[in-house]
Amino acid sequence: MNPPDLKYSEEHEWVRVESGDLAVMGVTAFAAESLGDVVFLELPQADTELTQSEKLGEVESVKAVSDIYSPISGRVLEVNQQAVDNPELVNESPYDSGWLLKVTISDPAELDKLMTSEQYEAFLASQEN
Amino acid sequence: MKRTPLFESHVGLGARMVPFAEWDMPVQYAGILDEARAVRTGAGLFDVSHMGRVSIEGPAAASFLDRVLSSDVPGMRVGRARYGFICNEEGGIIDDCIIYRRDRDRFLLVPNAGNTAGVLEWLSRWSPSEREVRVEDVTSGLAMIANQGPRAAEMMEGLTPDNISSLRPFSAVEMRIGGVESLVARTGYTGEDGFELIVPRESAAEVWRLLIESGATPCGLGARDVLRLEAGLLLHGNDMDPATNPYEAGLDRFVDPDRGGYIAGEALRRVRDQGPSRVLVGFNMVGRGIARHGHPIMDGPDQIGSVTSGTYSPTLDRNIGLGYVPTGFAPPGTRFEIDVRGRRVEAEVATLPFYSRRKSA
Repeated sequence: MNPPDLKYSEEHEWVRVESGDLAVMGVTAFAAESLGDVVFLELPQADTELTQSEKLGEVESVKAVSDIYSPISGRVLEVNQQAVDNPELVNESPYDSGWLLKVTISDPAELDKLMTSEQYEAFLASQEN
Repeated sequence: MKRTPLFESHVGLGARMVPFAEWDMPVQYAGILDEARAVRTGAGLFDVSHMGRVSIEGPAAASFLDRVLSSDVPGMRVGRARYGFICNEEGGIIDDCIIYRRDRDRFLLVPNAGNTAGVLEWLSRWSPSEREVRVEDVTSGLAMIANQGPRAAEMMEGLTPDNISSLRPFSAVEMRIGGVESLVARTGYTGEDGFELIVPRESAAEVWRLLIESGATPCGLGARDVLRLEAGLLLHGNDMDPATNPYEAGLDRFVDPDRGGYIAGEALRRVRDQGPSRVLVGFNMVGRGIARHGHPIMDGPDQIGSVTSGTYSPTLDRNIGLGYVPTGFAPPGTRFEIDVRGRRVEAEVATLPFYSRRKSA
C-alpha cells in the first residue's frame, strides 16, 4: 500500500515532509515493482540543486533503465548510501530503508501539485486502463 | 503475437509476459535475480519453445548441411548435437544454431526464434531437389523446455526409466520423461549442466508441471540473458549479426572453412588468413555503471567500438559486458571508457567466460 502521509508524482516518486523544510524522497512501490530487481542507482551528490519535474538520476534494474524526476525543488542534504550500495532496498522497502534523498524544500507550494495516496492510486488505476 | 504451448502455464504461474521476436514470452516469474541464483545453485526451467525447429531429411541431408553449416556435418555421429553458424557468402552470421543428428539421413536444426524464417529461406535457396533433401518447419508441433543447473540431472532421474545422468554433453537421445516420448539433449545456454527437451506440443504443459514438481524453478528470459552473458555465450542480434563473422566473434573453434563446397568457405578463409580487424571482448566495469547494447566504447575522444550486451551479474556481483573493439584493445587488462548515456565509465577487458562452473566428476 502507498502510505497516506506521503505525496506522489505522476513519474512515480514520493515525498515525505519530515519537519519544516526537510523532506525525504524515493520511488514508489509501483515503480520498483514495474522495474523488477533494482541493481543500480545513479543519484546526485549532496548540495545539488533539484528542480521539480526535472531528471535527478537513474534507477536501473536487470532489464531496464528509468529516469528519476525530482518531485519537488530543493537542495540535496543527504544521499542514502545504504541504498546506493544495496539497490535491492528499493524493491524490499521503497518507502522506508529504500529512500533515496533527503532534501531541503525550496518552495513548499510545489507540494500542492503532487497527489495524495488516494489520488495516486486512482492515477495508477487510470494508467492500467 | 505468437504463443508457445506453455503460455497458459506461464500465466498460471504469474509470469510477467513480454513480446520477444514476435512471441509472447515470460521475462520473469518471482524475479530475475532469484531465478538466476536458482539455476546456479539448483535447477531452473525455461520455456524455449519460441526457438525454431527445422527437420532436414533425405539421402543428401548430411552433404547439404555440410555446405550450409560452419563445421563438418557428415562426420557427426548419430545421437550427437553440435553448435555452429549459418553464414552468408560474405561470411556474415545469419544465425547460430544447434544441429542434432537423429539418424544417418535425419537431422534437426534449432535456429533462434527471430531468425527461423530467414534460416528457412536460406536453406530453401541452397537445398537440392525434394527427392534428395526435405526441409520442413516443425516448430509449431513441438515444444522445447530447458532444465538447467547443478541439480537438474538428479531431479530428472525420477521422471525417466532411462539413465539420464549418463547422457554426455552435446549428446541427444530419445527417452521417456514422465511417460512422454522426448528428445533429450545435454545442452543449454546458461553455463550450467543441464538438458534441453523437445516434446510434442500437446504434452508440453504436463512435462513442465512434472519438472516443477520435482523442484525446478521456473525462469524467464531475463534470467536467461543474465546467465548466458555470465557464461560468455553470445546472443545473435545483439553480439553477432550478418555484418559480423565468427572470427570477429571469437568463435573460430566452431568453423572449418576448408571443406569443399562450403558456401561461406572462401570468405571465411580470407578472414582467417588476414585476421579480423576487430574482435568481441568481455569487460568488467571498473567505474560505477552498467553498459548496455549500443553504448559507445571510447578511447579518449575517439569511439573505438560498441557495447553489444551488458548487465549486472548476480553470480559475480559486478557489472559485465561484451563489445567489439579493434584487436589492439583486446588483451585482458586493457582499459577503455564506455559512454553510459553521456557519462564516461571506465571498463577493463576480462578473460571470457566471466563465469564457469566447477566441473564435477
